[in-house]
Amino acid sequence: MLAAKNLIIDIPGRSSGTPLSFEIKPGETWGVLGPNGAGKTTLLHTLAGLRKPRSGSVELAGKNIQQLRRKQVAQQLAVVFQNNGEGFPATVLETVMIGRHPFISPWDIESAEDLAIARAALQKLELADLEHRLISTLSGGERQRLAIATALSQTPKLWLADEPSNHLDLKHQVQIMELLAEQATANCGIVLCLHDLNLAAQWCDKILLLYPNGDACWGDADTMLATPALEKLYNQPLRSIVSDGQRYFIPLSSRNSGL
Amino acid sequence: MAAVKSSRGALPRFLLPLGILALLTLATLALAITTGSVSISNAELWQVLSGGGEPLHRTLVFELRLPRALSAFGAGGLLAVAGALMQVLLRNPLADPYILGLSGGAAVGALTSMLLGLSAAAVSGSAFIGAMISAVTVFGLAHGTGSWTPTRLLLTGVVIASGWGAAITFMLAVSPSDQLPGMLYWLMGDLAYARSPWPALIVLGLISIIMLPLGRSLNVLARGQMQAAALGVSVRALEWTIYIAASLLTAFAVVTAGSIGFVGLIVPHMLRLVLGNDQRLILPAAALAGGALLTLADTLARTLIAPEQLPAGVITALIGVPTFLYLLHRSR
Repeated sequence: MLAAKNLIIDIPGRSSGTPLSFEIKPGETWGVLGPNGAGKTTLLHTLAGLRKPRSGSVELAGKNIQQLRRKQVAQQLAVVFQNNGEGFPATVLETVMIGRHPFISPWDIESAEDLAIARAALQKLELADLEHRLISTLSGGERQRLAIATALSQTPKLWLADEPSNHLDLKHQVQIMELLAEQATANCGIVLCLHDLNLAAQWCDKILLLYPNGDACWGDADTMLATPALEKLYNQPLRSIVSDGQRYFIPLSSRNSGL
Repeated sequence: MAAVKSSRGALPRFLLPLGILALLTLATLALAITTGSVSISNAELWQVLSGGGEPLHRTLVFELRLPRALSAFGAGGLLAVAGALMQVLLRNPLADPYILGLSGGAAVGALTSMLLGLSAAAVSGSAFIGAMISAVTVFGLAHGTGSWTPTRLLLTGVVIASGWGAAITFMLAVSPSDQLPGMLYWLMGDLAYARSPWPALIVLGLISIIMLPLGRSLNVLARGQMQAAALGVSVRALEWTIYIAASLLTAFAVVTAGSIGFVGLIVPHMLRLVLGNDQRLILPAAALAGGALLTLADTLARTLIAPEQLPAGVITALIGVPTFLYLLHRSR
């Protein structure tokens, strides 16, 4: 559905990197892991066609995404950004409604169906009661849920989400991950930039590790989430624990591990 | 829930405020036409408009007051729409059409013509050229070597504007004293020299129609460049369109009425506080409300201390500042 072909992302000051070649198939959930500054967000934006790659290409349904019209891309692919809500004043309902923008022709206005889709998205993210609130009055977690509701109202086939669990309390983290898993079951392709190894281990089928020097490797989650590789990735000692068949990673500190 | 069921629920929501503003506009126009050294009653106005009435009244209405009132309406509408567009472009609800130095450029053009003793038409023409030079300079410089951000555009505009300010001060300092009042009135914004209202009205109408189908894209752009691009907006093209439209609107307004302050800042902002942030409603509402405000201000400007006339820009500031502060205070 979305494929990287010998893709090298354009990060200022980085001379080279592993060319990325992979395909996100319907129903797959990809996790992108890497330390700060490794280029997770740049990769996500490049996959969305919002940034030009340094070389190689991104193909959406077989066509170079840079050559598609933005509107065509937006009808299939939604992006959840890391920072949101620093725009103009707007209400929650107005914000979630802009997810319908790619589907409405310039001379038309939102139909009752668009409104119903937007309201259902708010309902799903438990924001229905905040419909008339200004986004500037929302908490960080509420804004994050609003960003996800906006993407949901875009009814995408592909989700590119930059740290979707940011600012969320535990219950809402689980809720969001369940929502994304539901989308994957409905044959959507999902790409998530994540900081939380445990979310990656629990929810992702495929993992892409992105190193600060531009190296990268990717594959099935079971094989990629090996403690030594992750320790090298983050330059941080880890301990892995298995409980109820699920793997968990705990970062160790020299203060309490005796290292 | 009734509004939800109707498939075009948004339309009536727009029509009510626009209807009220249209009535308000007609009322201010009627007031402008009937008020002055010779007052005309509503009955007499009706006679004149339906083709009869006294010759004196006909001359007053059709040759003096109506053109001036329409000029004021046009200039006010242009400024308010330009302000509303600039606010979206810069993602800053407190931006005004002059923030990018357009009025400064226009003023330098106009004052140069006045210093050279050129005709009124030349003053308008050079004001227009000055405004365009400023718009092109600011946009070119802010573009620089790649992507521009609202902050960069804003800073470039502010610096260029203060450059124009210095030039204006210099020109005032070296001008012969008999030309100073005319220059000062022009700088404060004055409709006494407004001639034909048609250029302003035609540009206002044209750009409003061009912006109509872009309204929803503007709403999306107001959420940020990246978010807009992700939602299918061609951000670069849209921003160029907004910039060119706002520059043209402001240039025509300045040519019609000098640099009238506050209308472009306050009218869209007040409307946003009352009507929300849907640009599809705000743009036409700004055209009507900006026009009505300047028509009213100009009527007051020429009647408050008649037979003396005040610059309309003084009145817009006197009306605008307290209203704005009140609304700001009320809105949490």
